[in-house]
Amino acid sequence: MEFSILIGGEAGDGVKQAGLIVAKIFNELGYHIFVYDDYQSLVRGGHNFSIIRISDEKILTHKDHVDLIVALNQDTIEKHFWRAKGDVLFDSNKVKSEGIGIPALSKAKEMGSHLLRNTIFIGAISKYFGIDLSIVEDVIKKSFKKMQKENMDALKFGYDSLDEKHKIDKIGEPREIHSGNESIALGAVGAGMKMYIAYPMTPASSILHYLASHEDDLNVVTVQPENEIAVATMAVGAAYAGVRTMVGTSGGGFALMNETVSMCAQSETPVVFVDSQRAGPSTGIPTYQMQADLKFVVNSGHGDIVRVVVAPGDAEESYLLTANAMNLAWKYQIPTFVLIDKHISESTFSVEFPEVKKEEAKLWDGNGDYKRYEFTEDGISPLAFPGDKAIVKGTSYEHDEYGITIEDAESAKKMQEKRMKKREFLIKELKNMETVKVYGNENSDVTLLTWGSTKGACIEVAKELGLKVVQPLYVEPLPMWELGKHLRGRVIAVECNASGQLADMLDIKERILKYDGRPFTPEELKKRLEEIL
Amino acid sequence: MNLNTNAKITWCPGCGNFGILTAAKNAIEELGNNEKTVIVSGIGCHAKIVDYINVNSFYSIHGRVPPTATGVKLANPDLNVIGFAGDGDAYGEGLEHLIFAAKRNINITMIIHDNRIYALTTGQFSPTSPEGFKGKSTPKGSVEEPFNPIKLMIASGATFVARSFAGDIKHLKEMIIEGVKHKGFSVIDVLQPCITFFNTYDYYRQNTYKLENHNFTDEKKAIEKAEEWNYNDGGKIPLGIFYKVDKPTYDELLLKGRNPRKM
Ligand SMILES: Cc1ncc(C[n+]2csc(CCOP(=O)(O)OP(=O)(O)O)c2C)c(N)n1
Ligand code: SF4
Repeated sequence: MEFSILIGGEAGDGVKQAGLIVAKIFNELGYHIFVYDDYQSLVRGGHNFSIIRISDEKILTHKDHVDLIVALNQDTIEKHFWRAKGDVLFDSNKVKSEGIGIPALSKAKEMGSHLLRNTIFIGAISKYFGIDLSIVEDVIKKSFKKMQKENMDALKFGYDSLDEKHKIDKIGEPREIHSGNESIALGAVGAGMKMYIAYPMTPASSILHYLASHEDDLNVVTVQPENEIAVATMAVGAAYAGVRTMVGTSGGGFALMNETVSMCAQSETPVVFVDSQRAGPSTGIPTYQMQADLKFVVNSGHGDIVRVVVAPGDAEESYLLTANAMNLAWKYQIPTFVLIDKHISESTFSVEFPEVKKEEAKLWDGNGDYKRYEFTEDGISPLAFPGDKAIVKGTSYEHDEYGITIEDAESAKKMQEKRMKKREFLIKELKNMETVKVYGNENSDVTLLTWGSTKGACIEVAKELGLKVVQPLYVEPLPMWELGKHLRGRVIAVECNASGQLADMLDIKERILKYDGRPFTPEELKKRLEEIL
Repeated sequence: MNLNTNAKITWCPGCGNFGILTAAKNAIEELGNNEKTVIVSGIGCHAKIVDYINVNSFYSIHGRVPPTATGVKLANPDLNVIGFAGDGDAYGEGLEHLIFAAKRNINITMIIHDNRIYALTTGQFSPTSPEGFKGKSTPKGSVEEPFNPIKLMIASGATFVARSFAGDIKHLKEMIIEGVKHKGFSVIDVLQPCITFFNTYDYYRQNTYKLENHNFTDEKKAIEKAEEWNYNDGGKIPLGIFYKVDKPTYDELLLKGRNPRKM
């Protein structure tokens, strides 16, 4: 059983918040939810909409067609009527349409504020789906600390303004619901992050917002410096001083961090970089999605760099893989990268997070002279931090074991090899971890190769058409030991970029690509597949 | 504690950096608490100083001394963080960071080896080179007026702004000690002759004087003093503390008693 609801209005109408509250109501009933927020880079006007999808099964993306359209403005009707499989609920003070009209704006103003309009519609939606009013009241009470009485009245007015069409009962206990960005923040905290540094950039900004508003309960410090160059170099300073630190941005900001990626490599300073991809290149379409930074992140920085790049495809993976990225950064003293996109960052998911923990780095035992870059079997030198008993000399310059500058050929070669050696041991560890996921019909002779947020649509379509899906969770090092086993027969790469970046990396010829800033829906992907299968 | 390292010093004989190294070591020794001291440098001739002092250090990249140092300080506010940067480094490549470090009043000290030239890259004009400076990239003379970093730093919110001279080790040591002891952002512009590309020893010896009876808490007076010399030729060059006031520091305000290293 599943339903989808679209709520549309202008920026400033509170569409996103209303969508989230509707999702919370269904979550209370024990359903899985997914919320897609589509909005433009403006603060007032324009057109925003949320699609709230509800299912008794796990879902990772939204669908094109919806069972109920809720129109706060006329644009919603004009732009989205094609999606309607069921009814249209609209504000009869502002919208002309067939369907169920409610004079919401005039009523809301009469009750004290035009802002109550959304509560009226939440009441109406709840009634439409036959949800018990008391459950809805609880969610509203938790959501609005101000004007509680007015909100209750608005809710009742909406609830009483139509007849129920469905009867949705409680089928289970609520789950946690989180956006991808919140999941990244929580995963990092789970692996010991104490400092998060960022300069605002959509779609990564809400990591900063979330952590800043939870500094006390999550026990982290957040910092907003002057630009991304400062962000990344501050992170290096903090990590050198012994504090697990993450930075986050989108492609343009990450471009500014590139010199620091190299500095992390040379100075062996662990920093986690989050790149939440937007539609690019450059400013691109700031609030829309794309998966076009793959090659950039995998190859970022100048020089030879040992790194890990994780590519989560949903909120739970974002949580786990960010924790892994933090732990691996500190174990191997390397830069690591969390590569996600708008469709994960800013969408809301039902989650059941796995266990994560802070895995300790290799620490100095306190004996003898401290050598920051001591040669060891696995290339990993024990860590000490300033303020401990050691003298710790970190450096972006080629150096000897103590961290003192050298330029002679022999020492330079040895130190370069020490750093590169870590990759061998890293791969050994990755081989014992889950690096690739396989879904659907394992025996299918058609395999969809995908990564990141596109997996949501792929899994659903594969289930319908009996195909197999392969998703690498790590894109550097590329887990060839696993991928080799699964990429057999006809392989079709499915990605949201214009060139097929993962397909290039794996030399896959057949590609289904999308690059209009909107993620694949299962319907669209199915159509595209049926054209070629 | 022995502050020397085994690193071979590769500055040109007679370079003003030697004076800065001696003054810095003397100051660090006098200040004590060495194991809690972290020095950070950028890239340039000046930056090699981290190899020559046996304390915690981070040899960062060109222009990024203030954010690297800020990261260290925010991660562990118990540390005593001193940045060494060049004029190209701090006033050119990374000027935005220096201004923001001053604006925030982060409790670190920045020592600028101001040789008024890009030395390591073999002699191009820098943000504090005099107008008309003939370097490799400006054979007909630079057409830009120099920055006055003292004025710039006062205007940016630095709470300790001083100038010293690499040829006067005693004065420089005192300035470093005062700067490090100052609670807040301290910056010391150190006039540093570059023997090879811009030898200014005689010029500074003849034209500098020590500030006396100067009320350094008065911003207007500080700016007036700063304007006595605009980093072009002409004018007497005051040395000493131009400006010093007390304000809450960024690390105090942001961390509110927390120490991330211990969290
Ligand atoms: C991003 C970057 N750009 C350019 C350089 C090359 N470079 C090295 S040192 C330097 C200028 C040095 O001038 P300054 O900071 O004044 O130091 P000095 O050598 O005079 O002590 C430059 C441009 C670099 N290392 N990094
Ligand atoms: S080039 Fe100038 S600044 Fe560099 S070491 Fe030689 S004298 Fe000193």
